[in-house]
Amino acid sequence: MAPPKSDLPQGTLDLLILKVTALGPVHGYAIAQRLEQVSRGVVQVPEGSLYPALHRLENRGLLAADWKETETGREAKFYRLTRKGLKQLETETADWHRLIDAIGLILGMADGGAR
Amino acid sequence: MEAQLEKELSFHLDQHTSQLIGRGIPPDEARRQARLALGGPEQVKEKCRDARGTRWLEDLMQDTRYALRTFRRKPGFTVVALLILSLGIGATTVMFAVINSVLLRPLSYPEPDRLVTLRGFTESFGELWGCSNLDFGDVKRESQTLALAAWTYGGGTISEPGEPEYVNGRQISAELFSTLGISPLQGRAFRLDEDRPGAATVAIISYGLWQRDFGGQPSTIGRSLVYDGKTYTVVGIAPAGFQLDGGADVFTPLEQRQNTDPRMQNRAARFLRVMARLRPGFGLAEARAELGLIARHLAEEYPKSNAGLSLIPYPLQKELVGDVGSTLWLLLCAVGLVLLIACVNIASLLLARAVSRERELAMRVALGAGRSRLARQCLTESAILGLGGGVLGVVLAFVSIHPFVAFWPGSLPRAEEVHLDWRVLVFAVGASLLSGLFFGLAPALRVPMRGVEQTLRSGARSIAGSSRHLHSAFVISEIALAVVLLVSAGMLGHTLLALSSLDPGFNLHNVMAAHFALSPGTRENPEEIRAAWQDVLDRARRVPGVESVALADIIPMRVGENSLPYWTSANQPPPNQEPIALASCATPDYLKVMGIPLHQGRFFHEHDRIGSEPVVVIDDNLAQHAFGGKDAVGKRIWIPAMGAGPVLVVGIVGHVRHWGLASDDQSRVRDQMYYPLAQVPAPLLHFFSSIMSIAVRTTIPPLNVVEPLRQQLRGAAGDQALYEVHTMEQLVSASLARQRFLLLLFGIFAGLALLLACIGIYGVLAYLTGQRVPEIGVRMTLGATARDVMRLVLGQSLVMIFVGVGVGILAALAAGRILNRLVEGMRPADVSTFTITIPVLIIAALFASFVPARRASRVDPVSALRQQ
Repeated sequence: MAPPKSDLPQGTLDLLILKVTALGPVHGYAIAQRLEQVSRGVVQVPEGSLYPALHRLENRGLLAADWKETETGREAKFYRLTRKGLKQLETETADWHRLIDAIGLILGMADGGAR
Repeated sequence: MEAQLEKELSFHLDQHTSQLIGRGIPPDEARRQARLALGGPEQVKEKCRDARGTRWLEDLMQDTRYALRTFRRKPGFTVVALLILSLGIGATTVMFAVINSVLLRPLSYPEPDRLVTLRGFTESFGELWGCSNLDFGDVKRESQTLALAAWTYGGGTISEPGEPEYVNGRQISAELFSTLGISPLQGRAFRLDEDRPGAATVAIISYGLWQRDFGGQPSTIGRSLVYDGKTYTVVGIAPAGFQLDGGADVFTPLEQRQNTDPRMQNRAARFLRVMARLRPGFGLAEARAELGLIARHLAEEYPKSNAGLSLIPYPLQKELVGDVGSTLWLLLCAVGLVLLIACVNIASLLLARAVSRERELAMRVALGAGRSRLARQCLTESAILGLGGGVLGVVLAFVSIHPFVAFWPGSLPRAEEVHLDWRVLVFAVGASLLSGLFFGLAPALRVPMRGVEQTLRSGARSIAGSSRHLHSAFVISEIALAVVLLVSAGMLGHTLLALSSLDPGFNLHNVMAAHFALSPGTRENPEEIRAAWQDVLDRARRVPGVESVALADIIPMRVGENSLPYWTSANQPPPNQEPIALASCATPDYLKVMGIPLHQGRFFHEHDRIGSEPVVVIDDNLAQHAFGGKDAVGKRIWIPAMGAGPVLVVGIVGHVRHWGLASDDQSRVRDQMYYPLAQVPAPLLHFFSSIMSIAVRTTIPPLNVVEPLRQQLRGAAGDQALYEVHTMEQLVSASLARQRFLLLLFGIFAGLALLLACIGIYGVLAYLTGQRVPEIGVRMTLGATARDVMRLVLGQSLVMIFVGVGVGILAALAAGRILNRLVEGMRPADVSTFTITIPVLIIAALFASFVPARRASRVDPVSALRQQ
């Protein structure tokens, strides 16, 4: 039995996509795959919102896209991170860590108080 | 874009499917799971499009394609709509272009807003259009806030080079070009030392004259020109299109007039036009204050001429444009109404189509189209229609603007500047889009929202009540707008009729009048001048077809006047407060030529000459004002401008509507008097010899004597020319030109409005009855006759017509008030105007409803029921 999957927190899908594309050009299906593998199936990536998110990021100039052949010889749309996207990834990652730290702190303090 | 999206998603599905197959899931099941994971492909695509933000653009293109397809499918509707719109927008654009060029665009001089004109103002004369030369000199010297320049009218015969030709001229002060901020095209402006009596005679010529008489050669500067009997050296060529109240060909220095024009030294002769530029650092308010001060000083120093005279600066643009603004705005309102009717018309046609497309729209809503999306599609369609009409309208405006300006009665100020510029184009595009949105709004709002299933389920054609009300509202407003225009046109027509039937005060048939200047060669001494005039009269009398001849300085209803103060005793009232009379100088036969009735006493005869007792003939008005209308003959009046002594009133004649049939009643100067040319004192004769006109009563059509008369009067040197020839009929009719022009345009607009309203009624009724065919079928099966059905349909239209007429009459009364204020001599809206115009409209409207009514009465009940 697979562990129950949790929904992705609001607004984090974009961050994850940026992170995945930072490793090199990749097509949409591979992104979905990689997200699911890396999160060990814990995170449910809504495929329905993956493509709109990709198009949105491309439109904002954070991703660029090219049509290339895959290993199997089919044409696929490969997304890669732009310079602007990289900067965005860095600031969002830093923001995320700050947020996590803050939330961890609050949760730890609440724990201590209850004890 | 779409294809790429499709490809990207199918790649995803294929990858997922093949991976699932690899895990041992059968292909069909794998495909199903992959699809499920991705979600509905259409929804995903929609979201992707949304995410790209190009959604609206794609929609717009799709809507545009759809709209164009619809238009192609209904070419009749499209052509009619475009035609109506292009007429409406074209006419509105033309009016706006004229307003833009004449009223809104600044003058084409540098810093035009710092240019002003100076006007005098006195209690009894009201606003004067000019300044006296002496006042001008004083103000120019004293003013710190203004740099002044002046000019006045002139003209003369150019006898060399080329054929002798009379041209208009202007005498200008040396500063004029620099004040306006322009420089001559070639050569130079006048130097200060040339603007002085006795200086070398120099002239600046117009671009037109340069081309005409000098072949446009650059060597023209320095060549000579014989103008008005004197030889001038050409020192400059004015820029093309340069005008001072109309075009002129020769510009000469103002002060060189000193020797020949006694008005130059007369402080009461306010014949100069003064233009000025505000000096840096000063505003209009400061100039006004300073002029007030200077005027007060002048009044103290020269009470006889300047008491009560104030000097007021006006922005030059306002002065140049005059009162043409009200006519222009009036016409823009009128064409705006026509455009509004056109829009309402198209709106009702579009609405009819929208209602018949109701099921199609409901179907699309059921299939998931958003309501705002459908509304946007409707608006796109109408905006395209609007823009199409706008493009055609601009083309129409481009073609018709110059004929329109040429057609303007009299001269339209700044007419040469009228053209279409970017502001006009912005206006046209704005007007078309606004029209498009306006007539697209009703159909767009009708996009179904609720009761979609009901609409779809009802197989029968049904019509919602709200749309019927909307249709009626359209028809009613169209009729109301048409009533406004019809009644306005009716009022103008009524006014024109009433004004035309007024007695001008003279017999306008078979009279010709023309300016006529004596040959400069015969203008040296007073005796020669008198002899030359006598010679002109004798020669003119010999021309076949001429019945009587007279000379006069003022011709009724023609531009040009001379108003003089008078008083009935030697004790003068304070200056600038005396009554004023229009004073004409004439020869004895003038009364006979003009056919002005003599009421009492006599007109002039051969014995009224210099040395005999000065005499004057007055009109009924003056007799009434000065002497209570009783026994005026034999009384004396004092006219300071004619000397210190009294003049004897020898006769009373009828009043002449000098200021035009329409304007005379409201004019400030209503009294008139005549004095004999033979008694004009010698020093003034030289001046008079250049301003007189010859008037001729004929036994044949008056224009037929012009050529023989011209030949007779050429003079020994061949340089006496007739110019500005008019018949009195032409002058009388020109005095109503503004009213006639307005009537013509309003008539055309009203006709268009009527036509559009009828098309609207026809369209709406045809549609409404078409919707009611099944109902009519039922009625007929139940025993209704064709007559009953017709009555039903006509009744429906009658209600709309009468409500429209009612609303229209109220609006027309308001519009009539505006017309009354803006058009002189306007008669108020009266019952007869309404009783003539309203039935025309009702009959036309009923005629338009008759066709659909008859069609309804011929409905075959059986087939109508089968439609159900």
